[in-house]
Parts: sequence; structure tokens; C-alpha cells
Amino acid sequence: MQLDDLYRRVIMDHYKKPRNRGTFDADAVTIALNNPTCGDRISLQLILDNGTVKDARFTGEGCSISMSSASMMTEAVKGKTLEEALNLADRFSAMVKGEEVEFDEYEDIEALSGVNKFPARIKCATLAWNALRKGVEQQ
Amino acid sequence: MIGRELREQFPILNQEVNGHPLVYLDSAATSQKPRQVLDAIKKYYEWDNANVHRGVHTLGSRATDAYEGAREKVARFLNATSPEEIVFTRGTTTALNLVAASYGKAVLKPGDEIVITPMEHHSNLIPWQQVAKATGATLKYLPLQNDGTISLDDVEATLTANTKIVSVMHVSNVLGLVNPVKEIAEIAHRYGAAMVVDGAQSVPHMKIDVQALDCDFFAFSGHKMCGPTGIGALYGKKSLLQNMEPIEFGGEMIDFVDLYESSWKDAPWRFEGGTPIIAGAVGLGAAIDFLQEIGLDTIHQHELKLAAYAYDKLSMIDGITIYGPEEDRIGLVTFNLDDIHPHDVATVLDAKGVAIRAGHHCCQPLMRWLEVSATARASFYLYNTEEDIDQLVSALLETKEYFSDAIG
Repeated sequence: MQLDDLYRRVIMDHYKKPRNRGTFDADAVTIALNNPTCGDRISLQLILDNGTVKDARFTGEGCSISMSSASMMTEAVKGKTLEEALNLADRFSAMVKGEEVEFDEYEDIEALSGVNKFPARIKCATLAWNALRKGVEQQ
Repeated sequence: MIGRELREQFPILNQEVNGHPLVYLDSAATSQKPRQVLDAIKKYYEWDNANVHRGVHTLGSRATDAYEGAREKVARFLNATSPEEIVFTRGTTTALNLVAASYGKAVLKPGDEIVITPMEHHSNLIPWQQVAKATGATLKYLPLQNDGTISLDDVEATLTANTKIVSVMHVSNVLGLVNPVKEIAEIAHRYGAAMVVDGAQSVPHMKIDVQALDCDFFAFSGHKMCGPTGIGALYGKKSLLQNMEPIEFGGEMIDFVDLYESSWKDAPWRFEGGTPIIAGAVGLGAAIDFLQEIGLDTIHQHELKLAAYAYDKLSMIDGITIYGPEEDRIGLVTFNLDDIHPHDVATVLDAKGVAIRAGHHCCQPLMRWLEVSATARASFYLYNTEEDIDQLVSALLETKEYFSDAIG
């Protein structure tokens, strides 16, 4: 078990400088989710336009893994159709369970593949993606 | 015999985790089990196993004797007046739920009050929320002092003639402090209220005398005191237990069953529907023997010493915040390190073989009171040593370094 497999530099960069952190004034789809086992929580906002995610922002509290994952997810999902967004979430789940998955659309995400070796942390990584899935499925 | 000398009696402690010798600092979540307890459970299954209270055969008698013998041990361990005051349960949670659902539902009516504290574990909080909703009673909270302690003046000021139940944890699983439950019980009784004590974190570490505390109910779990999971007990004063209705119905707990009406056995058996946790009770009995051979006072002194040592060493780390009072902590230190999330701290520590707990510790209202979302907690037991704490400190220093490098 190598810590550097988990805490890659790109993850720390997203943790320290989260992308898309904040809220929208405009009407947005808001999804609040928490991880009851540890207290991490996220509120995700999506601006949807004609079946496409125009923009995404998040606020929340949590560890480096949950917050960096939220930062990456909001970057990756912008401009995607709802179907593509769900596909991203599916591929992310597969990746953290240990499958080889590539994210050509946003390579930073691949840095989180190391989570698979830290089973206790998989829930941290998937929190934001579960919020995305919930938001899309509500539509 | 305490600390290092006890280690070899805990087979699980003799292993490497992630390439480092295991340093187990999560006993407040669950303690490890000595060979003596594991052997007692194995011997029960290999030699005595049968159902209790029904068979006329020899094994049935032996199993019944083992189970009821464990009840007697628990009664003596807590200094109850008789074994009939001990109800076996799945653990503290089930015991507290039994008090709330049976005693609470029977005595509470609209306008009555239940008084608890914001530091309670969810298991001594949600059952009271639920019974308050079901009966129309009001749930009230004692305020906490700045260091998390309870002032008896506040207890006086909060209780009223309408207060029917006061329920407080004996030792906080987050702050490590000991609440003055004996003094609170005295005030509660003056107002005519029953006193419930959540003893999950006190029973493993100190001698308990329920008669001296004069509490009406006292709940604890076996697995935090060297016993197996799935067994615990509720102590209740006989005068209260014998008037309480069971909340689970089925085999074992009945007196007479007719097509439309049934009656129950006496307490405590009426609360133990179904085949009970026989092997668990045997294991709990063995754990009590084990703790008493070492001596609860010896264990208590060891815990106080370790917690004070840990407090001193940890408070020297730059950027650490320790929660709860400095003095008289029982066996644990809860903290945060810089801005590093406790999950990240726990993951880095785990990579170095040090097992601690991170999260809200089933105390979300207390986390809000502390104004944090989560904390890290190192907790100690009779097999821990000062060297374990030194390992924790050096792993924490490495964690700081790792994160300052990683974050840049």
C-alpha cells in the first residue's frame, strides 16, 4: 500500500484549488448528499439547458479525496449531455472498483484510480458522482 | 500485569499492517479479545452447546447454567442486587432502545420531559427523539460548559416537575470526560425522574457500582470490554423491570400462550424473546473474569496515565487541536491536525500501521457543538503502552510532513 498511489499531486492540486466551488444565483438543479458514515457532505448545482449540463458548481465539506473528486467531476461534466454525464459516472464507479478506464475528456480523473487500493476511501471518491447521478436521474 | 505484559494474550495484536507492527488505537470503537475469551466461546460450542431453558437433556442444562451463570457474573460485576436485574441484549444500543420503547412509552405523556445532553452517542439520542414523538413528550438538552462538561447547576435549572426521564452517557466517547452521573441521578430522583446511564465507555475502564450510582437503568456492551460483539446488558432496578412490558415477542419469553391472549415470564426473561445470545453471554462472562483478574482499578489507573501521556505528547504537536478537558480523561484523545481532514490523517496513519478512528463518532450534534464536521480519535485500552502513543505521535508528524509536501 503506497500512499502516493492515493494522494497524487493532481488530486492535491484540486483539493487545494477546487474548480467550480460556489453556488449559482440562477435557477439550478440542486442536489445535496452526505456520507452518513463519515459526515462528508456535498451540495451540487447543475445548470441544465436542453438536455445538456451547461455549468456545474459545488459546495461541501470533506476530505481531500471527496473534495478533489467533486472538483474534477464538475470540470468533466460541463458541456456533456445527460446521457454522457451518466456514462462518466458509470465509468468513474468502474475505475474506483479497479477496472482500467480512461478519461480522455478530462485526464485528471484518472489520478483517482488509486482509490481502488484503499477500500475505506471509495465512498469518499464517489460522493460527488452519486450526487451527479441523482441530479441526472431526477430529470 | 498491564500494558506490554498483556500483549501476548491478544493474538490479533501480533501482526504487521502495511509493513509495520500494528498499533491498535481504536478500542473505544471495539476492543480486542484475549485468548481466554476466545477459548471460552470455543469451549462452549465444542462442549456445552444446546438451547437454554427448555431441554431436559444434559447439554441443555449445561448451556442454561452457562448462560445464567454469565448473568450472575454481570450482576456481581455491576454490583446489582440480583441477577434478575440484568437483561441480556445485543449491546448498548438495544438496551437503550428497550428502555425508551418499553419504560419510556409507558410513563411518558404529552407535556412530560426527557432530558439528555448534546454530547450523547446517537444510540442515547435517537431512541428518545422517537419516544418523544410517539408520546408527545418534550426532549430537552442540558447545556454544556465550554470544555464540554456538565454543571450540576444547569441540571437543577433544566429539570422540572414534568421531567420523567434523564439519560446521560457516563464517559464521553469523544471528549473522554466522566459525567457526574451519581450527582445527576440524585437531582433526577428529587424531581421524580428516572435516571438512565449509557455505560458503553465507562464499563471497560472503571469499577461500576450501580447501587452507589443509584441509577435506575444502566446499559453497556460486551465488545468494548474484551468480550465478543453481539452481547451487552441492561441493568434495571427490579421494581421497574418487573412492571415493564416486553417489546419483542416469541419463544422463551412467554408464560402462557392462548389463541388470542398470552402472558409473559418475569423480568428479565420476558425481555429476551427468541434463542438468546448464549455463546456471547459466555464470552462476556469470560471477559468479566479476565478484567477482574487484572483488576478494574489497575485498568483505570493505566487508562488515566495513558490518556494524560497522550494529551501531553499530542499537545506538543504544532497545529493540533485537542477536544475536551485536559484533566481526568478516560482512555482517549480526540483531535484535528492542521487543516488535514481526519480521514486523510487516518489513511496516512493506517499506512504506518497505526489504527485510529476518524469521523463523527456517532455524535453529530456534538460535532456541531464543537463546530467541526469530523475529528480523529485515538483510544487506548489495557494492552496499550506509552510506546504506542510515541508511534502515534511520530506517525502524526510524518502525516504533517506528507501533506505539506503533497499540498505544496
